[in-house]
Amino acid sequence: MTYLRPDIRHPESQRNALGYTRKYYEGALSTLCAGCGHDSVSGAIIQACFELAIEPHRVAKLSGIGCSSKTPTYFLGNSHGFNSVHGRMPSVATGANLANRDLIYLGISGDGDTASIGMGQFVHALRRNLNITYIVMNNGCYGLTKGQDSATADEGSKNKTGHVNPFHGIDLCGVAIELGATFVARSFSGDKGQLIPLIKAALSHQGFAFIDVLSPCVTFNNNPGSTKSYDYVREHMEVTAAVDYIPEKAEITAAYAEGEACVVTLHDGSHVVLRKPDPAWQPTDRIAAMKRLHEARQKGEILTGVVYLEPAGRDLHAMLNTSRRPLNSLRESDLCPGSAALERINAENR
Amino acid sequence: MKPTDIRDPEYFHKVVDCQYACPAHTPVPEYIRLIAAGQYTEAYMLNWESNVFPGILGRTCDRPCEPACRRGRVEEKPVAICRLKRVAADYKGEVRSLMPQGPFPPNGKKIALIGGGPASLTVARDLAPLGYEIHLYDNQRKGGGMMLSQIPAFRLPESVLDEEVDYILNMGIHTHFNCYVSSMREMLAKDYDAIFVGTGAPRGSDLSKLPGRQEGAANIHIGIEWLANVAFEHTDRIGKRVVVLGGGNTAMDCCRTARRLGGEQVTVVVRSPFKDMKASPWEIEDALREGVTILNCMPPKAFIVENGRLKGVLFEHVEAVYDENGKRSLVPTGQPDTFIEADDVLIAIGQENAFPWIERDLGIEFGKWDMPVLDPVTFQSTHPKVFFGGDAAFGPKNIITAVAHGHQAAISIHLFCTGKDLHRDRPAPTVNIFQQKMGVHEWLYDSYVVNDRRYAVPHAPEEVALRNRRMEVELGFDPELAYKEAERCLNCDVQTVFTTNLCIECDACVDICPTSCITFTHNGDEDDLRMRLNAPANNRTQDLYVSDTLPTGRVMIKDENVCLHCGLCAERCPTSAWDMQKYLYQVTKACKIWDIARASVAEPV
Repeated sequence: MTYLRPDIRHPESQRNALGYTRKYYEGALSTLCAGCGHDSVSGAIIQACFELAIEPHRVAKLSGIGCSSKTPTYFLGNSHGFNSVHGRMPSVATGANLANRDLIYLGISGDGDTASIGMGQFVHALRRNLNITYIVMNNGCYGLTKGQDSATADEGSKNKTGHVNPFHGIDLCGVAIELGATFVARSFSGDKGQLIPLIKAALSHQGFAFIDVLSPCVTFNNNPGSTKSYDYVREHMEVTAAVDYIPEKAEITAAYAEGEACVVTLHDGSHVVLRKPDPAWQPTDRIAAMKRLHEARQKGEILTGVVYLEPAGRDLHAMLNTSRRPLNSLRESDLCPGSAALERINAENR
Repeated sequence: MKPTDIRDPEYFHKVVDCQYACPAHTPVPEYIRLIAAGQYTEAYMLNWESNVFPGILGRTCDRPCEPACRRGRVEEKPVAICRLKRVAADYKGEVRSLMPQGPFPPNGKKIALIGGGPASLTVARDLAPLGYEIHLYDNQRKGGGMMLSQIPAFRLPESVLDEEVDYILNMGIHTHFNCYVSSMREMLAKDYDAIFVGTGAPRGSDLSKLPGRQEGAANIHIGIEWLANVAFEHTDRIGKRVVVLGGGNTAMDCCRTARRLGGEQVTVVVRSPFKDMKASPWEIEDALREGVTILNCMPPKAFIVENGRLKGVLFEHVEAVYDENGKRSLVPTGQPDTFIEADDVLIAIGQENAFPWIERDLGIEFGKWDMPVLDPVTFQSTHPKVFFGGDAAFGPKNIITAVAHGHQAAISIHLFCTGKDLHRDRPAPTVNIFQQKMGVHEWLYDSYVVNDRRYAVPHAPEEVALRNRRMEVELGFDPELAYKEAERCLNCDVQTVFTTNLCIECDACVDICPTSCITFTHNGDEDDLRMRLNAPANNRTQDLYVSDTLPTGRVMIKDENVCLHCGLCAERCPTSAWDMQKYLYQVTKACKIWDIARASVAEPV
């Protein structure tokens, strides 16, 4: 029995702006099935955080239950982590976020954890525009309990036993747009070229950034007839626009011809460049985004890339006018400001 | 790039850096695994099959394998391959019964080997089992050649040398010792079917034009001659102040021997900069440890002799200047000359070939630098019956090169004596490839990569070692240290074999690879691809392993450079598109010496 990862890394490993190599963003060795799409998503998260030069102690990873929710162990080993109850990650994330808005929140969930047991939690986090990056590793099945169809399994998709799913699948991107998420994207674990810039943009976005990542279950849902297999997704991927993420410090050097690219500036000054978009499409147009999702589904396409992006949306803290400072830094004098302050408040209400 | 043809035996051979760098292509990782498993006898025999002198080479090899070792590219120092070889020799059990057992039925052919060094002995070993009547001529009192006369006993005990020389001589070799061959014409007149010349590079270079050379001759010695005189006990002392001229391994042997024969203030003076010294770093290290001073950038100007007695050597100071082609010239700095007092001077500035005994009208052509004209593959001279090998063939190199020459010359002689074509009928290398998979995370080899740094070989204390020139300085690894050092081997012969049509492009191997060797991308030419891989791919001496085109139109590119052979790509591959397969490459010898299959770790004998 070996299954231990050597400590040695490439001797010429690159360092990011903080001087860290990629190794500093790695986690424990994965215990998922060999070939699981989730491991690629973990790899993309590691790469995105490395490239963004995020200080690992500024990240809080939160997850529920399931194969996907195990993955926070396998990346960002130097960050905060909370493995919560099945489907309840959105509530824990909401509480954590309200208590300390300075951290970068990364919610990891699966199609079962989000679209079944956690649906009630998920929708409320959406409508509050919680400032979080919420990644669903979506494989259309319950891999941890041996491959039953999940709520995101497409109608007509065939599982490993030959059973054809008779139910309509939930389109989580559609739900997210409908309920108020301000960054909605879809991607594929097997396309890191697209997934990494999306994760970087999502982490930089202020508000609910939702990424539905099709992440094949190599053990239970990678068979012919499945609509979430490696082969099927590759054959049916349709892209809204190629995505580049440009951090705030870097200038946009490329010149884009009219209609060639759509540049969206995020809250922190970084940019999302959407190259070669459909000329009629505006990423900030919620109705058009819904329409495109429906059209793609009708045509049997899997629409990927940024589906909807509204960088100016107000997040939960703005809506509730919450404390600027983390709650753990508030002293007694802040919480009980004394009789003079009380006098002033009373005077305001007279 | 075109897909890599892994059926070419040289592709994976090249990945086994140590074996590829070894002139005799000894299967290094295989014997290191045997050592780790405590199978010292098998490790010894595997070495013996390949390099003939494991005990000798385990102490004295120039180790071309170690600078090539992959460990040295991923951390500080390579695996101590050479000293592990010695472990096999030190702890082996009975081996004689595993060697070809004579008497061998005669095949009616007679061959002569001139010189009793490593090249000739290798030819003897490879040909004796085929029934050749072999006559070995040497002017020394016993076999070993330069291994006997030039390598000091504190590095190579005579008992170790004798043991390995005798394994060969006892195969029924007719020895003619104390016999200097003075005429090739006479040798050719005898009824030998072939003659092999392995007479080495017997002449030490001199500084005959330097002022004072003649006057001081009584105390100025040629390094290799002086070493031979020490070995044969004609010399047993030297002056207190000794200057050694030269920066190669002979100079190191001279200065260390001088320290043992009464030299108290021993100074090695090199004309070039330290970094250009030819001596192996470990030899330099050992000399410094024994209190030798080494000075650089000082060519000798004159031997100073007063009243007929050597006083010392005068040196000038130079610096190395490089022209735009990188060609070096040593330019005087103008600093005042330095005089170093010396009772004795040893000149160890190089060796030359000399063939005064080969008449030039025999059809053996000589070319540049008065060296024989040879076929570089067959070692045959322009006289079809006469073959050369070792230092006598292409100038001074080292023991392991001489052994490699010996193997090839033996094949040529056998082909020649059986009327076959020396080129066309040469045997190809043998290659065996074995799957290593036992379970999901279990392999036949120990795939775990340890972090240990190189272990130092224990030495005898200087105060004891310097008192006795026969006392071996290095004590060798004990089995426990040997195990730890052996575990540092990365098993580069366990190859990552990729099967394109099994790959589903899930990226699992890319995500798990600790050194980011693997990239899936669209194809391009090599320069372009090297720029686009997941990790820098700047070592162009290491190949890129390129797959056929995958269903997405991309290819898999693996940079072989810093692959740890940890097997994680194969463990994480859901379809076994990656597999770990042990690749055993062996140079075919003139006859089957020993069957490697009997020594597989998986199937203990």
